[in-house]
Amino acid sequence: MAETAEALADTQFEFITFSAGGQSYCLEITQIREIRRWTPVTALPHTPQDVLGVMNLRGAVIPIFDLSARFGLGATPANERNVVIVAAVDGATIGLLVETVSEILSVDKSAIQETPDIKSEATRNSILGMISVDDSMVRVVNLGAVVDSGKGLSE
Amino acid sequence: MSVNSIRDTFFEECEELLEALVEGLAQMEVASDDMEVVNAVFRSVHSIKGGAGAFALDRLVAFAHSFETVMDKVRDRALAVDEKLMGVFHRAGDHLADLVASARDETNLDDETESGLITELESYLDGDTAVEDFCFDAVTLDFGGPQIDLGVEDPVASTRVFHIRFAPTRALYENGHEPLLIFDALAELGSLSVEADLSRLPEFDAFDPADAVLSWQLTLTTSEPETTLHEVFEFVEGLCTLEITMEQSAALQAVELPEPTVSPDEATLAEPDETALSQIPTDLPVSATPSETQTGNRPDDSTGMPSLAPASKESRGPKPTLRVDLDRVDRLINTVGELIINQAMISQRIEELDLPTVAHLTNELEAYKLLARDIQEGVMAIRAQPVKPLFQRMSRIVREASDATGKKAKMVTVGDSTEVDKTVIERLADPLTHMVRNAVDHGLELPTERNEAGKDQTGTIRLSAAHRSGSVFIEISDDGAGLNRERILAKAMEKGLVPPDVDLSDPEIDNLLFLPGFSTAGQVSALSGRGVGMDVVKNAVHALGGRVSITSTPGKGTTFAIVLPLTLAVMDGFVISVADQTMVIPISSILETIRPNPRDIHMVGTDSEVVSVRGSYVPIVDVADSLGLGRRDDKNSNGILLLISTEMQGLTALRVTAIHDQRQVVIKSLESNYAAIPGVSAATILGDGKIALILDPEELIKLAQASGHDPFAQHSRMELRHG
Repeated sequence: MAETAEALADTQFEFITFSAGGQSYCLEITQIREIRRWTPVTALPHTPQDVLGVMNLRGAVIPIFDLSARFGLGATPANERNVVIVAAVDGATIGLLVETVSEILSVDKSAIQETPDIKSEATRNSILGMISVDDSMVRVVNLGAVVDSGKGLSE
Repeated sequence: MSVNSIRDTFFEECEELLEALVEGLAQMEVASDDMEVVNAVFRSVHSIKGGAGAFALDRLVAFAHSFETVMDKVRDRALAVDEKLMGVFHRAGDHLADLVASARDETNLDDETESGLITELESYLDGDTAVEDFCFDAVTLDFGGPQIDLGVEDPVASTRVFHIRFAPTRALYENGHEPLLIFDALAELGSLSVEADLSRLPEFDAFDPADAVLSWQLTLTTSEPETTLHEVFEFVEGLCTLEITMEQSAALQAVELPEPTVSPDEATLAEPDETALSQIPTDLPVSATPSETQTGNRPDDSTGMPSLAPASKESRGPKPTLRVDLDRVDRLINTVGELIINQAMISQRIEELDLPTVAHLTNELEAYKLLARDIQEGVMAIRAQPVKPLFQRMSRIVREASDATGKKAKMVTVGDSTEVDKTVIERLADPLTHMVRNAVDHGLELPTERNEAGKDQTGTIRLSAAHRSGSVFIEISDDGAGLNRERILAKAMEKGLVPPDVDLSDPEIDNLLFLPGFSTAGQVSALSGRGVGMDVVKNAVHALGGRVSITSTPGKGTTFAIVLPLTLAVMDGFVISVADQTMVIPISSILETIRPNPRDIHMVGTDSEVVSVRGSYVPIVDVADSLGLGRRDDKNSNGILLLISTEMQGLTALRVTAIHDQRQVVIKSLESNYAAIPGVSAATILGDGKIALILDPEELIKLAQASGHDPFAQHSRMELRHG
């Protein structure tokens, strides 16, 4: 039975889709810990634009990244309806500020296409692949890359 | 249990055994004829050897064996302990520790020291003929009891019959012990008959193969003493029920040994040698009396009794302890921190409700707060450990340093039961090693010089620890010549650390030692001159949220004092605001807060400011500016200045907008989920659930300096005044 589950996991992926900067993105569901309402954060000095600051998640201090700003789509406007996706990456817990969370997407591995060569290398690194859903396209976020580039402290 | 985890357990146990060994050796210094102490040392070495054998650590076994053999000779009073032998023992102990470490880390160790030590150890065995060796075996007959009996006792006559009841528990098998091997070992001691007790064997269908249902009745006729029997069972102690009874024989009664029979109850005790020692007749109360008075009214170490002074026989029965994964403790500490924050939040919310009758609720809340604090203290105490092992390690440093420099030094420790956070202890090891080494190398004089000065040839390095008003005080002092201030000043001038015309007070000169790039030794000795100076010590102590200071009296010696917070998990801080953000700054770093008079603030150049503090000009660093949160928002208000003393820049004033509160905050790492941020050491959660950053003043000042406008260059002389 374990084998079938594994085989299934090998080909079948579940994603949570959301929009940031008016574009559609998704993250694999196993990376996501919870989804919270936006609450004001404490800004951090000497950090890039897309690092909004830190938030108190039941006693843990977690950094919040603005995904829209990260992809050069402008800062997400402060809005009560915005949500924070809390995700785990490389043993750390982080939050992503997005506009809305849409749905759960269940796709076969073969449906995920590689990112074509696009102009911005930083953006290409941050996108693992693309999934076409009906008429639109959903981008798979490379969480590790988002976090790493956010750590490059700016002066 | 995998082999690896058993191996880990062995090395953990080795740590404890080595600790006991060092402690025992220290006690032997003052009471080398105390057999209880000698036995303890022997046992430690023997247990390490036994465990090492199980893991085929041949080198460790071989060395431990040499060590143990000499120790055994001392134990049997065949060898008198003198200063030289003590030295050999100490070095052998150090080497044993090195061997254990190298076996654990699977690294290679220098062979030369080892062969040298083995030769030295064996030189104490030379001259013993085989016959003597044999006699010496026979001498151990009366299980460590009074020696007087030996002369009259004929080895042949003292063949005894022991009845042993051995009932293993399930744990014995689970730990991989095999009764058959134990019986084999017993059979080597004499003639053995074994009878299995099958009475507890259950019906076949109820049989659990993992359960221990068998027990054995053994009869051993041997000339070996009872302690030897116990040694056979040494590794299964606590894992079985063991009763050893000696049959009273005519031969023995003739010798009139007091209470020759060990009662079953006593024999089941875990410590065989102590059981044996308790057999010492009451009319020879060599060890019994002092140990009783010691345990009955043991001086509290923290009251300042040098632990070496009396042959302190602390009760050797170890307190029951629990080995817990550090992660679990840290998780608990974290959760308790949450509880404290949560409590603060609830209090705040209830206050905001502005209820009409809130009195009883306030009482309950107060009780809640106290309980939460109690839990926090209790949990913190789990992480606290006595500084004793740390201090013990220093005795080795003293020994090595005095050997290398040709100086004579002994170490005295005070208050080594003082408990400090585990992490603090770990991170204190390096700076302390450095300071102790310095104390011997630079602090103490050569024996001849000490003679001339009318002092004891052997210098004393004193390590003390104490709790005082919520902090830990650690002092390292020597009774050497004191700091040579002329040389320090000359050196500092030579290195360009101070201007050549500077006029400094004595404490200011002493503090020059902490400047980076300062090294005092006129000549580079084997110990110093590694480019590691006291500034490294100071930085390490700073990183722990502590301070280090220095006092010195010419001809009397030098004392370094370290003040550390009790824990790294909470901190006392000022809640401040900087450019509309709430932040926390550690109180320990702040010397003084000033609400400056606008007249006292002067511009230097276009963007640097200084403030006049009692006649001296102190550079101002704007915190908001330094953090890149924008230049001062309100030009009309001068805010509040926090006076801070740093190593690099001397006195500096940090400008913040306001100070709101002083409180204890729980320290939360920023690095665990994100990254280190310049100028910020950590974060904390305030009563309203918001995160506040904890500032690192030293870093802030460096940041301000790096960002171009350097307000310090022209003030170096002035700042030194405040060093």
